Amino acid sequence: MKLAVGPLLYFWPRPQVFAFYRALACQPVDCVYLGEVVCSKRRALHWREWAAIARELTAAGKEVIVSTLALIEAESQLAVLTRIAQGPVTLEANDMAAVQLADGRPFVIGPHLNVYNGRTLRLLADLGARRWVAPLELDSAAVAGVLADRPEPLEAEVFAYGRMPLAFSARCFSARARRRNKDNCGFVCGEDQDGLTLFTRERQPLFALNGIQVQSAGVCNLLGSITALRAAGVQVLRLSPHSEAAVPFSQVIAAFAAAIRGDDAAQCPPHALPGGECCGLAGTAGR
Amino acid sequence: MPEAPALELVCPAGSLPALRAAVDNGADAVYLGLRDGLNARNFPGLNFTLEDVHRGIEYAHGRGVRVFVALNVYPQPSRWPAATAAVDAAAAAGADAVILADPGLLAYAAERHPQLDRHLSVQASASNWRALEFYRQRFGVRRAVLPRVLSLAQVRRIIERVKLEIEVFGFGSLCIMVEGRCALSAHVTGESPNTHGVCSPAHAVRWQELPQGREVRLSGVLIDAFAPGEPAGYPTLCKGRFEVLGTRMHALEEPTSLSVLEVLPQLLAAGVSALKVEGRQRSPAYVAQVTRALRLALDSARRDQARYRAPSASAAALDRLAEGHTHTLGAYSRPWH
Repeated sequence: MKLAVGPLLYFWPRPQVFAFYRALACQPVDCVYLGEVVCSKRRALHWREWAAIARELTAAGKEVIVSTLALIEAESQLAVLTRIAQGPVTLEANDMAAVQLADGRPFVIGPHLNVYNGRTLRLLADLGARRWVAPLELDSAAVAGVLADRPEPLEAEVFAYGRMPLAFSARCFSARARRRNKDNCGFVCGEDQDGLTLFTRERQPLFALNGIQVQSAGVCNLLGSITALRAAGVQVLRLSPHSEAAVPFSQVIAAFAAAIRGDDAAQCPPHALPGGECCGLAGTAGR
Repeated sequence: MPEAPALELVCPAGSLPALRAAVDNGADAVYLGLRDGLNARNFPGLNFTLEDVHRGIEYAHGRGVRVFVALNVYPQPSRWPAATAAVDAAAAAGADAVILADPGLLAYAAERHPQLDRHLSVQASASNWRALEFYRQRFGVRRAVLPRVLSLAQVRRIIERVKLEIEVFGFGSLCIMVEGRCALSAHVTGESPNTHGVCSPAHAVRWQELPQGREVRLSGVLIDAFAPGEPAGYPTLCKGRFEVLGTRMHALEEPTSLSVLEVLPQLLAAGVSALKVEGRQRSPAYVAQVTRALRLALDSARRDQARYRAPSASAAALDRLAEGHTHTLGAYSRPWH
């Protein structure tokens, strides 16, 4: 079983982004996803700087994949996607536009493409998919069902740690919370290093607002489910980046690496975010 | 089989009486789902038996109105045989099109029923021309319903680029998230449009009358509380009142309905092929009133685009029926973003 670090979903200051990936180079992860999935306005790093990070990680023996936007509306966003797709990179496609642009070259099916059955999975495998990141709505039993006649050598990956992406909108909720709109956002999402927690009126942490994305307030942690995931046919676990203020991320990586090696005592360090922990998406915020 | 007019008014039917109401009040087409959990309005007591589909198609076709069958869920392996059987049944019943989202099911329909029109459901989240081209090239999709995330300018540019009929939402409940990519309901109730064809399902709703007013919960989670006399709407998760940065607010969206009444000429000029009314869960009376109001407005806009003003009768009728008695242009208008 392999460990992957998912794309950075938040808008961090440049030095923090560089420091995060520099530290990853010497940590026990096999695969790193780079790039922006949430908002095309965020451009903390120039593409040349992303390319430099990719080179460093590749030199450190990591597999590097470039994740693409989940919601593509504008011509300018398609132009950026086209430029990325023309480069010498493997894409994680989070929209069918990226599948179309991969044009037969190997790609990863991102968690935001809706693959819920074997027929769809085979269809995308025929178009070049070599890994499938399961939608977060599927638990390990449902993943096993979709993989029942897996097209070899397609790999399966699941989201295993972090606040879970739940929805995308045309609207920016980080801006709305501050009485702004998207065209006038002032990049206020940069103030929320792990998303902005939304509470119910009785102070139950429910969601986290992250630009146009809504996440769970609770942190998904599938460390205790590794045996079931392995049995379901999952080969890659995705850890979604969080800031040091939320959790010592290197210790999360170390815990998952130990658990994969068979260390039953491995445990993630506690995190400081409101919302606690949960074992996946389905119904876990309700009672 | 009836021909599609220049801008087709596509109305919802959750039952045979609703279908008749739509047909009798000026719909050009109606869309419906089967009673099998395979469409995005999988509500108790709603939707069509196969027998009703046949009767509905007979009634509609007899009056020059087309019928589309929505099979817009993402079937998981255990439901796959039922999903393909539903496509077969829609074809056998003489439906004018199937509305699909799942790529595997689209491939199946294209292979088995090439003569049956395939419409790409809004649940497929195709919000740009390259994604739309993917579905056209791979599955021969004839029409696509655009997600409610695009501005008018973006809709116009998409129509310029694609070789597809484009259908947009005209009136009804407003999804503010990209359809097909929203799991808010799954997170709270365990059921969502993608997995169960429902959002914020009724069985998870609990109202409670308290001295200080009413509370409404979804799977135990407090979605909103209303003071005595304050209007209280259905607890759709994205319309709840929550606390963010210490302020209580409709953090995602207010209870409101989408209405394009005031921009109909722009939609016509953009080359939109069809206008969809949301609401298969609504009553026949609601369907009749919305259909009549939009028929009047559409005819008025087509007669004279330049001097069009939303007919006051249509505007008043639609506002009475709108959630919170208020409407928005939603994402069609840039400041909404």
